[in-house]
Amino acid sequence: MFKVLLSRLGQAALVMLVVSAVSFVMFRYVGDPVATMSRENASVEEKAELRRSLGLDQPLVVQYGRFLTRTLSGDLGISYRNQRPVTELIAERLPATLELVIVATILSLALGIPLGVLCALKPDGVAARLVQALSLVGISTPTFVTGIVLILVFAVSLGWLPSFGRGQVVDLGWWSTGFLTISGLKSFILPGITLALYQLTLIMRLVRAEMIDVLSSDYIRFAKARGLPTRYIHFRLALRNALMPVITVTGLQIGSLIAFAIVTETVFQWPGMGLLFIQAVSFVDIPVMAAYLLFVGLLFVLINTVVDILYAVVDPRLRARSA
Amino acid sequence: MKTLAPTPGLFMRLGAPPSAIVAGALALILVACALLASWIAPYDPTDLSSFELINAELPPAFTADGDPNFLLGTDNQGRDLLSAMLYGARVSIAIGGGAVLLAATLGVSLGLLAGYFGGKVDALIMRIADVILSFPTILLALLVSGIARALIPGAATAEWAPVILICAIAIHEWVQYARTVRAATMVETAKDYVRAAKVIGLPPWRIMLRHILPNVMSPVLVISTINLAAAVLTEATLSFLGVGMPPTYPSLGTLIRIGNEFVFSGIWWIALFPALALVILVLAVNIVGDWLRDRFNPKLRVKR
Repeated sequence: MFKVLLSRLGQAALVMLVVSAVSFVMFRYVGDPVATMSRENASVEEKAELRRSLGLDQPLVVQYGRFLTRTLSGDLGISYRNQRPVTELIAERLPATLELVIVATILSLALGIPLGVLCALKPDGVAARLVQALSLVGISTPTFVTGIVLILVFAVSLGWLPSFGRGQVVDLGWWSTGFLTISGLKSFILPGITLALYQLTLIMRLVRAEMIDVLSSDYIRFAKARGLPTRYIHFRLALRNALMPVITVTGLQIGSLIAFAIVTETVFQWPGMGLLFIQAVSFVDIPVMAAYLLFVGLLFVLINTVVDILYAVVDPRLRARSA
Repeated sequence: MKTLAPTPGLFMRLGAPPSAIVAGALALILVACALLASWIAPYDPTDLSSFELINAELPPAFTADGDPNFLLGTDNQGRDLLSAMLYGARVSIAIGGGAVLLAATLGVSLGLLAGYFGGKVDALIMRIADVILSFPTILLALLVSGIARALIPGAATAEWAPVILICAIAIHEWVQYARTVRAATMVETAKDYVRAAKVIGLPPWRIMLRHILPNVMSPVLVISTINLAAAVLTEATLSFLGVGMPPTYPSLGTLIRIGNEFVFSGIWWIALFPALALVILVLAVNIVGDWLRDRFNPKLRVKR
């Protein structure tokens, strides 16, 4: 057990080291920080002085070491564009993205599980076929198209819902929330649905596949033979077991949902991390890009590692295999 | 019914359901239209003299104020939308196809190496694959295009956009090829014909390319169909986000991005028609891909 834990943590650390190295290389070599930061008509001496004061004349390993120490102490540099510390920018944008992701996850689970169960229980029914066909359309429709169509219908034509921004937010110290005001809640609807649709098909297909698998297993057949009520078999026995992998995947997907929120945030001008990142990309604001990469990378590695370790704790077979 | 049925065609013999046949035909027609854009498009959207600002934002011909000269209306610069879409679809398909080609070449080569040699080579390639796979496509693609934009001076970014996009998409897609080919190669490497080839002293590259490769190609073709749809979508997403094709040489995604700025003024067609074309194209390719996957997946075939 200890061995698994150690190897998993080692792997996670290695990945983070690679991500931080990429981030460092971007920081250091993409564009010249001295040229970006010095005056336009700075003399050669001034530039050399700046180079020295930034530590850019040191050997590469030393620079990378410094970069790591700075990063670990939470200093991610200053945005070229906003001239503000990147950490501050990200902290400011984090609540918007996380709240959107939470809403989308809840929505996709609330819709995906019943639809998946429906498809598994009556695979040849009209409803199931319709849902299956629609899910293929769902996969083929890019998120931004869904978003634009929703805006066209509900914001432009009908004028029911706001189409951009978070509405009014309430500041709770370091966290700003849109859950506490009417306009904030209304603002969640369209972007929430848009982001949820990306997940929905996945969850639905997974629930369906798992349910079909579980329904053909021996203990379900035994339960049927015992004459237990169908409802009890389907929802108490089958669904519970089918949901285990669904929960895992949903957890694992939170990372990609945060990354994927970039698109939704662009469509709805949602002031989250994704919008910050996409603006940084178009302005070649390297510190923000590097910080976003590091942050999302860390999130991914954390989620993956925790899930792997939990799996090893829960399932002894995995322990034997990897040890 | 039997007497009415024509001689079974290729698709029929493969047991394709009607939906796959229709989708396949639709995909072929769309691809053909896109490839023949310079001949069938009513106007040339790349020719600056062919459009005038006076014609900007005209609604489609079938609406009340439509101009019969512009079937699907015009965009914000007075370009015929239908022509722009045909040219745009060509760009989208070319980039998607390029990305799939690059990803397949890279993935198949690395998969062959990993599967054939095993050991450290295998471990290294597969660790890289694991790391890449743990990040979502869109994030990696944005990173690659971000780095590329920073490295290439501003003026040249537009020219390099297709190349950047192809690399940005392929960096994620090769993994799937590598994994599939690696698994198939490991199976093949253990077989007698490969062992025989080794015994007679053929060089490894020859065994891999001439003997193993032909035997591991069929899943590669199946993956490619689905990946093509995914690649076209990723390209569209990147262009929509403004890090893909420039407005001077738009893909479908760029057109949707342009249209998105006019959605609030009630000018829906600039965004909606390219979006529709994109969805139909990707859906058609996906239906064919889904069917191919089911057909070549023995596990699923037994269940049916």
